[in-house]
Amino acid sequence: MTATGIGAAVRRKEDQRFITGKGHYTDDINRPGQAYAYFVRSPHAHATIKSIDVKDAASMPGVLRVLTGAELAADKIGGLICGWMIHSKDGSPMKMAPHPAIANGKVCHVGDQVAVVVAETLAQARDAAEKVKVDYAVLPVVADPAAAQQQGAAQIHDVAPNNTIYQWHLGDPKAVDAAFKAAKHITKLDIVNNRLVPNAMEPRAALAEYDTGTGAFTLWNTTQNPHVARLVIAAFIGMAPEHKLRVIAPDVGGGFGSKIFIYAEEVVALWAAKRVGRPVKWVSDRSEAFLTDAHGRDHVTHAEMAFDADGKILGLRAKTIANLGAYMSTFSSSVPTYLYATLLSGQYQIPQIYCEVDAVYTNTVPVDAYRGAGRPEATFVVERLIEVGAREMGQDPAELRRKNFIDKFPHQTPVIMTYDAGDYNASLKKAMELADYKGFAKRKREAARHGKLRGIGFSTYIEACGIAPSQAVGSLGAGVGLWESAEVRVNPTGSVEVLTGSHSHGQGHETTFAQLVSERLGIPIENVSVVHGDTDKVQFGMGTYGSRSGAVGMSAIVKALDKVEAKAKKVAAHLLEAAEGDIEFKDGKFSVAGTDKSAAWGDVTLNAYIAHKFSGQELEPGLKEGAFYDPTNFTFPAGCHICEVEVDPETGKTEIVAWTAVDDFGVIVNPMIVEGQVHGGIAQGIGQALCEGAIYNNDGQLVTGSFMDYAMPRANHVPTLKVATTVTKCPSNPLGIKGCGEAGAIAAPAAVINAITDAIGTEALAMPATPPAVWAALQKSRKSMPHAA
Amino acid sequence: MAAVSLTVNGTPVTADVDPRTLLVQLLRENLRLTGTHVGCDTSQCGACVVQVDGKAVKSCTVLALQLEGADVLTIEGLAAPDGPLHPMQEAFRENHGLQCGYCTPGMIITAVDIVRRKGHELDDRTIREELEGNICRCTGYHNIVKAIAAGARAMQGGGAATKAAE
Repeated sequence: MTATGIGAAVRRKEDQRFITGKGHYTDDINRPGQAYAYFVRSPHAHATIKSIDVKDAASMPGVLRVLTGAELAADKIGGLICGWMIHSKDGSPMKMAPHPAIANGKVCHVGDQVAVVVAETLAQARDAAEKVKVDYAVLPVVADPAAAQQQGAAQIHDVAPNNTIYQWHLGDPKAVDAAFKAAKHITKLDIVNNRLVPNAMEPRAALAEYDTGTGAFTLWNTTQNPHVARLVIAAFIGMAPEHKLRVIAPDVGGGFGSKIFIYAEEVVALWAAKRVGRPVKWVSDRSEAFLTDAHGRDHVTHAEMAFDADGKILGLRAKTIANLGAYMSTFSSSVPTYLYATLLSGQYQIPQIYCEVDAVYTNTVPVDAYRGAGRPEATFVVERLIEVGAREMGQDPAELRRKNFIDKFPHQTPVIMTYDAGDYNASLKKAMELADYKGFAKRKREAARHGKLRGIGFSTYIEACGIAPSQAVGSLGAGVGLWESAEVRVNPTGSVEVLTGSHSHGQGHETTFAQLVSERLGIPIENVSVVHGDTDKVQFGMGTYGSRSGAVGMSAIVKALDKVEAKAKKVAAHLLEAAEGDIEFKDGKFSVAGTDKSAAWGDVTLNAYIAHKFSGQELEPGLKEGAFYDPTNFTFPAGCHICEVEVDPETGKTEIVAWTAVDDFGVIVNPMIVEGQVHGGIAQGIGQALCEGAIYNNDGQLVTGSFMDYAMPRANHVPTLKVATTVTKCPSNPLGIKGCGEAGAIAAPAAVINAITDAIGTEALAMPATPPAVWAALQKSRKSMPHAA
Repeated sequence: MAAVSLTVNGTPVTADVDPRTLLVQLLRENLRLTGTHVGCDTSQCGACVVQVDGKAVKSCTVLALQLEGADVLTIEGLAAPDGPLHPMQEAFRENHGLQCGYCTPGMIITAVDIVRRKGHELDDRTIREELEGNICRCTGYHNIVKAIAAGARAMQGGGAATKAAE
């Protein structure tokens, strides 16, 4: 390992602009003559639009245009789509309802946009928006996913009777039933995976410009995947031909999945820019973000785990209702199906698994992938079942897990996934040592002397990421491939630009990708720059989500580097007048085997471009190579998180007194950055478990509509974290990387809830486990057990 | 429209603004100092924190017209353009106290203010409590707390950049 190569905790190059306030986030960019867009949004969760009167608004000071859904439809701008086809058990395709970028005739959630005002200043646009008169006919509302399919529930879309989008399943129900019949013990749980709002700190924004001279659009947008946005907006929405649309994702302030999707606002900004003849900028308010950014999670599940007399798992079955909200967002269908049910084996040998998922429409904001996307939901089900199972059967939770761990690889689960390599015992053992599990009983007694209830909870999670092998996901309904691209451009002076289809919105690719190139080519890391986020510069890429940038993005760079090295050796052979097969390349130097003849990197790169030492027939000049890398499998990070809590029974307040995480991410490029990803993921998982929750009332009003009511974890909610790793190399990509971006969010909620339920002695506790919820659970359990102390 | 005159990062500034204009809008739009960010609309997130007359203030919760004669310091003014970084800025980089960078300017200005009020030896608990007005979604706060403790100690040296912020 070198000081700046793979495995080094290199400090980040990108920090210079962020710590000095010189970042370029979308709202920092301004175009000459730009105008500002402000959306008029429905205050009703479900209503038809009888009429819209924009006359007064249009004549307000500074207003350029007020545009509605009818005009958008007249211009034949297509609606927003979901790009992953899921079929129901009966073979019928999912019921995808039309989703116009501005509602036309009907609104389906509070916040659904009905008009857009474009004005000289934002203040003028907001003032004018208040003058837009919309006549609504209010319709009945269904906001609760468990109620959506009931008789008499409000029907939201004609294409989806009973608000049912699909009824999907995975596994063999008969085989699972047989397994359960043979069980000595069955653990049953009813679980709600609470709805969350991702709330990246930078609100979404779009700045659109249309050049009448060239007929080309430019869109600056807070997207995690500019090329996907470009493809969808061009080919499916029909805004412009693909080659006439440039999408730039500059610095983006966090995404966590919420900035993957193609939203109405960027589509409307583009359309308005052409209609109005001025660049149009839209920036979300935070309250607006609560009503328009895709929400996460929102599953209602009944799950059961069957054990034999020893505690070996015989089977698992689950029935889930997944709330997808008012419209199907871009990847929404895949999250509660192929990103969820396929992880229900956890780290365990489970012979039979059956999972049914009903996805439903409700009058709420659309739901889609949010950090973990289906895997936190799966992990919560599996890890609560086994922990509760251990308590019910009187077994130690670590022992019960160990008894059931998979220990031979590759391991084919009954739910499609084949786990490639792992050592679950190693991470469990290390975590238990670091957490001083043995000493817990003593700490619990000590805490009890001070009137506090201590609990400890495990979460031995596994997830599937490094998304994904294109053929595999294609066969499961994905509309796109999930490979990644890289172009390595070597300059004559030897510096290197890497153009990557990945996108960094906090992950530090400008540093980690440069580490890879620096080590491979033996050049200083300062001489490597990473270019991303601009469809004019990078030809195509699938973007960053699903913990894929290391496993897939860097693998593409490796392939391109292989090609660069091969070509450079050819140039060196000419330069050194040797046979190509005799050229060795090491530490930035080309040498002729068995001699002391050598050439430095910079000499070879210059020669590639001045082309004096070879003819064009022998070898093309230049040194620039591209590659596309399609993974052969998902990757499978896994690990053990142990959470220790102290609950104050008087207030229900939970203090997390210790957190131990031991994760196996395969090969680690930058341990500092990887730890940071784990910290952030754990904090989001703690947020879900302790304080976050997007709550709708029966009228479909989002009660938790701002940071006043939606509790984001603060610094004093999250403890100091003990983070360590074990390593089993990933066998399916050149660097052996599994990926780490989502693991913390996947593992954490189960660990927290397992700990609190251990502390308070009852399983009847839902997320978020706020002080009132914990206190009430304690009271309820004491009432039913009057003799418990 | 009404006029306001103030000093921003050592430079006198006069602007003519709609009375509803917030300080953060004056900074970002009139002065094109886009290092100060807007992350919420309920004064919770702290991405907008700047220094006004030496104290940390949420610039989203102050009207520009309230700042007549005030001395404002933003993240851009924390270190001289051709000079070394402020020790708190260095500490954030050294300790990986940022990922997407959006909350970072507000965090850094807040951190400098914590040192002003609580001194150079800051324990974990104090820092975490003092950060109640700053939300980060990326880092889980772990490295921010480390960075602030390290930056606070480094500020004890009292170099030129530190003095500019005091």
